[in-house]
Formats: sequence, C-alpha cells, structure tokens
Amino acid sequence: MKLPIRILLTAAVASATLVACSSNKPKPAPSSDTSTQTNTQSRDTGGKYTVESLDSDSCLRQRVVYFDFDRSEIKPEFQAQIACHAAYLRQFPGARVTLEGNADERGTREYNLGLGERRGNAVSSAVGAAGASSSQLNVVSYGEERPVCKDHGEPCWGKNRRVEIVYTAKQ
Amino acid sequence: MKTKNIMSIVKLFAPILLLLSVPALAAQGLSSEVPTIDIKNGTASAIPITVVPFGFEGATLPPDTDVAGVVSGDLSRCGQFKALDKKDVIESPTRGKDIKFQTWNMLKQAYIVVGREIESPGGDVRVEFELFDVAKQQQLLGLAISSQKTGLRDVAHQVADLVYEKITGVRGAFWTRLAYVTSTGVGNNIQYALMVADSDGVNPQTVVRSREPLLSPAWSPDGHKLAYVSFERGNSSIYVQDIATGAREVVSSSKGINGAPSFSPDGSKLALTLSYGGSPDIYVMNLASREKVQLTKHFAIDTEATWMPDGQSLVFLSDRSGKPQLYQVPITGGDAARITFQGEYNANPSISYDGKHIAMVQGNGNVYRIAVLDRPTGESKAVSVGNLDEHPSFAPNGSMILYAATEGSRGVLYAVSADGRVRQRLVLADGDVREPAWSPFRQRGQ
Repeated sequence: MKLPIRILLTAAVASATLVACSSNKPKPAPSSDTSTQTNTQSRDTGGKYTVESLDSDSCLRQRVVYFDFDRSEIKPEFQAQIACHAAYLRQFPGARVTLEGNADERGTREYNLGLGERRGNAVSSAVGAAGASSSQLNVVSYGEERPVCKDHGEPCWGKNRRVEIVYTAKQ
Repeated sequence: MKTKNIMSIVKLFAPILLLLSVPALAAQGLSSEVPTIDIKNGTASAIPITVVPFGFEGATLPPDTDVAGVVSGDLSRCGQFKALDKKDVIESPTRGKDIKFQTWNMLKQAYIVVGREIESPGGDVRVEFELFDVAKQQQLLGLAISSQKTGLRDVAHQVADLVYEKITGVRGAFWTRLAYVTSTGVGNNIQYALMVADSDGVNPQTVVRSREPLLSPAWSPDGHKLAYVSFERGNSSIYVQDIATGAREVVSSSKGINGAPSFSPDGSKLALTLSYGGSPDIYVMNLASREKVQLTKHFAIDTEATWMPDGQSLVFLSDRSGKPQLYQVPITGGDAARITFQGEYNANPSISYDGKHIAMVQGNGNVYRIAVLDRPTGESKAVSVGNLDEHPSFAPNGSMILYAATEGSRGVLYAVSADGRVRQRLVLADGDVREPAWSPFRQRGQ
C-alpha cells in the first residue's frame, strides 16, 4: 500500500505538480514510467467525464452493487459499473469514495459486520484493479444496521445485500 | 454460585429476623415506556404459591410499590411457579401466626409468603417476610430487609430471589438488570438507545442515545459498566461506559471493524474483534494499559468472542469452515478447536456460569433459532420457535435465556427457561428492541 504512494510523491517532486496530482495511478512502473503516465492523463482528460457526469452519466449514476446471500463475489452485471467509477476516479485523483458494505438481516449482527466489510473490500479491490488509487477508496461496514427495507423475504433481503458507492469528494 | 451470607440467613428461621440494607437507587432518567409481560405458555409442573399483599405499618401513606405483586410477578415469570391471582387471595394474613393453613390447603397452594412493611421514624421501610410450606405448616424463611421507600422494587426482587433459592436450591436472578438496544423512528429520524432496566423490564433508564447504530452491549463483571459498539464516529468504535455516572471512553477505534466486546471474568481485559489486519480477528485488550494481543489470525471472519467462566479460553464464531461455527481458543493462543457440529450456522455464544451450556443462534436454511449446546455431550437443542431469533444471553444463575425475536416489523425480547419449556415475551411500549444482555448478580450495597 505504501510503496506506490512513495513513488508518486517522488514523481511529484521530480516532475510538474500537475502531472503528479492528476495521474494517481496505483501501478505506475517506477522511474521510466513518465511517458505512460502522460499518455494515460491525456486519454482521460480527453473528455470522457466531467464532475457533472456523476449526476448525468447513466453508468456513473449507478452506485449500488448487489450480492448473493452470504457471498462477496462481484457478479458480472456489475463489472461495467465498477469500471466507470474506476475511470472517473482515475480521471479525478482528488475524488474520494466510501464503499459502504451491508448485509441482510439473516445471521448475527457482528457476523454481518464482517460480511459487509468483506463485500466492501471486494468492491474496493475491483475498483482498484480497474485503475483507482487505494488512497481514493475507503471501506466501512454497517452490517445489517442500515437496511433499505425491513420486510422478511428475498425481495427485500436482495436489496439489503449491497455495497453503496458514496462520493465524499467529487474531484 | 450461592452466596454464603444468603445460605446462613436461610438457616436462621424466625423469630430471628435478619437485617439487610439496600440503598435506594437514584430513579434518574426514568422513561415512560411501560413493559408488558406475556407468559407464552405455562407448565403443568409449576409450583403453586401465594404471595399475600403485604401489610403496612407507619404514620405516612403506604408506598406505591406493591411488593407482593412484584414477588408474584417474578416467580410466575420464571415458569417454575404459578402465583395465585391477587383476586383469589381471600384472606390477608401479614404474619405467620395469622395464617389459616386450611384455607391455603383448600386452594391447593404449596407455599405461602406473608409480610409487612414497617416505616421507621427516619422514613426508611423495613420489609419483613416469611415463607411457609403449607402442607407441613412449617416456616422456611423469616427475614427482614431495610430500604428507602424508593428502593422497594429492589427489595421485592431480593425477596423473590430468597424464596426462589429456598424452594429450588438455586440462587435467584430476579434482582438483576437487562441491557438492550432500542431503535425508534424511521429514515433520517431513526434514533437508537442503549437501555438498562430491571429484570422484569421495569425502570428503564437510558444509558446512551445515538442517531447512529448501537449494538453488542456487554456487562462488566461487577455490573457497573457496559461495553458496546457505536457508529456515532462514522465507523464502528467500542465504548466503555459507567452506568451510574454516564462517564464513557472510547477503548477502540481502529481502521475497519471494532466489534463484539466481552469483559473477562475478572474485568481486567476486553476481548474484541478488529479487522485492521485485513480480516476480522479476535484480540484481547488489557484495559489498564490498552495493550492488545492478537488471538486469532485467519482470513475468515472471526468474531463474537465470549469468555469461558474460568477466564482461560474464549469461544468465538468463525466461518473458516465455510459457514459460521463456534470454536474455542486458549487465551495463551494456539489452535482453535471447533465445538459445534450440528446445524448449518452457529453463532452468538452465551456461556452458562458453569461453562457446561452454550446458548447460541442456530441457523438452518432461513430459520434462525436459539439452541443450547450441552458441552459434555456435544448435543444441541432448540429452545425458541421464531424464524429470526438472535443474541441469546444467559441469566447469571443459568435458569433462563434472554433473546431477541422479530415479530412483523419490530424486534421484541423473550425469556425462555433453559430447558425450553417456558417462554415469555417482554415487550416495551414502542420501537424495536434487540441485543439483550443479562447482567451479572448484583451485590448488596451496590
């Protein structure tokens, strides 16, 4: 976790501050990587997103990833959502998200705190693997304490087994 | 678990009346929530007992507390007794010498309790009571307890404890308290509260209120403090709070989960769940130095640690086998041994005072019930009948288990006898009630 941050700090000192701030990639190849970073930056600022995209883009407006019972694997239908949020975070290195993990009411509250965190970590890993920096990602688990509905049955349980992607800073 | 002083009192049959003193508890923060108790199913073997309304001797008005009513309620609620309905108590002796045993024999009563409240010039009340075996016409107890008028409910619970112990041979647990969490309101107006009430649900007091979730209250062994998890700082944090003074401190607020606190039997340590190492693991914190020792290290979810009564090992939940099951690990570390093998899902351990029984949540499919694991045999048996029952908590004498159940959209509390035969519901007037924790025995002078 610490290594890429140190590398970026070195980059910030060595090159223009603008470059360092706007290309906060998690896996920069050390030292000889300047050209790659520049390429990435120019592609992103090539205009894919603006801050307003968070409210207007149909993919970025999706902020909830749902899970199967007692599972934390990300299902294929959420890969597009993961990818677009990762792209936005890559484009806006100042943006920050909190990944709020939740569980349905079945099982005990403390176990569900663990399960919610496991789901939050799964989304965090996926968004990170798709290009966001770990420093942009924070995971908090609410377990079963923050249900969106309180009925006892799968239609409701399915809505509660989720990770909410919450932007705490947009740029 | 019997206290020596109670045993010695019991041996001193009347006319010697022993004096016990009970300081009145401050009646601060009383809420208007009034609990109602539904006895879910009685049992044919319940012992018939009459508690005659106590007399009052004094210059001022009699106290509001119906001592005999509280004693009757306690004894009926535990399922082992059936107290005669007040309207069927056709004679009102207040002293043993005035009891007409023929009357109570005819009413098929096995035991009778009579008593009186005597006001002293200073305003304190001395409660004298006697317990008789109706068939033998023999006095079993003759005791007195002094208290301020405001402490009479506490006196009544102690009377019930002494009567219960004399007849059953097991220390009573009526003079104890319950901690639980309530949530009221919906959406953005949701409000959580950690509450403490008497064992019959009366005298609810707010320990802490929060707009963020509160969970997992755990009693210190001296009954003075509660550890609990609160989200009021955004992430989960563990607080330890003094109930009487309200003073509290954050003892853990690490990155990730801070959960499942449990005091060691000597009160010096706190077992807890922390996930800053990557996944939830069990740690033991020295409360004086705040130094932590990591006890489990596994990529699975390890949580809900509970101390064995000897303080030498912990029982906890882990899903390292794929589904949550209970494991036991020595506090010196080392390998954890799995102890539950029946049921798909076993969680939320609460251990009886003798370590022989573990109450837990047992899940099969979508049904989660309270089960009691018998350690010597390894067999477990369901003692509840709901679909989403959780958070069992043994009474300190092991006779009953308190747990949370879901009825419709609200949570309610139930108490069930340890053998599962008698259940009763304890409903607070409004809101959702969950996370019950039964206090340790209280000590006189506390």
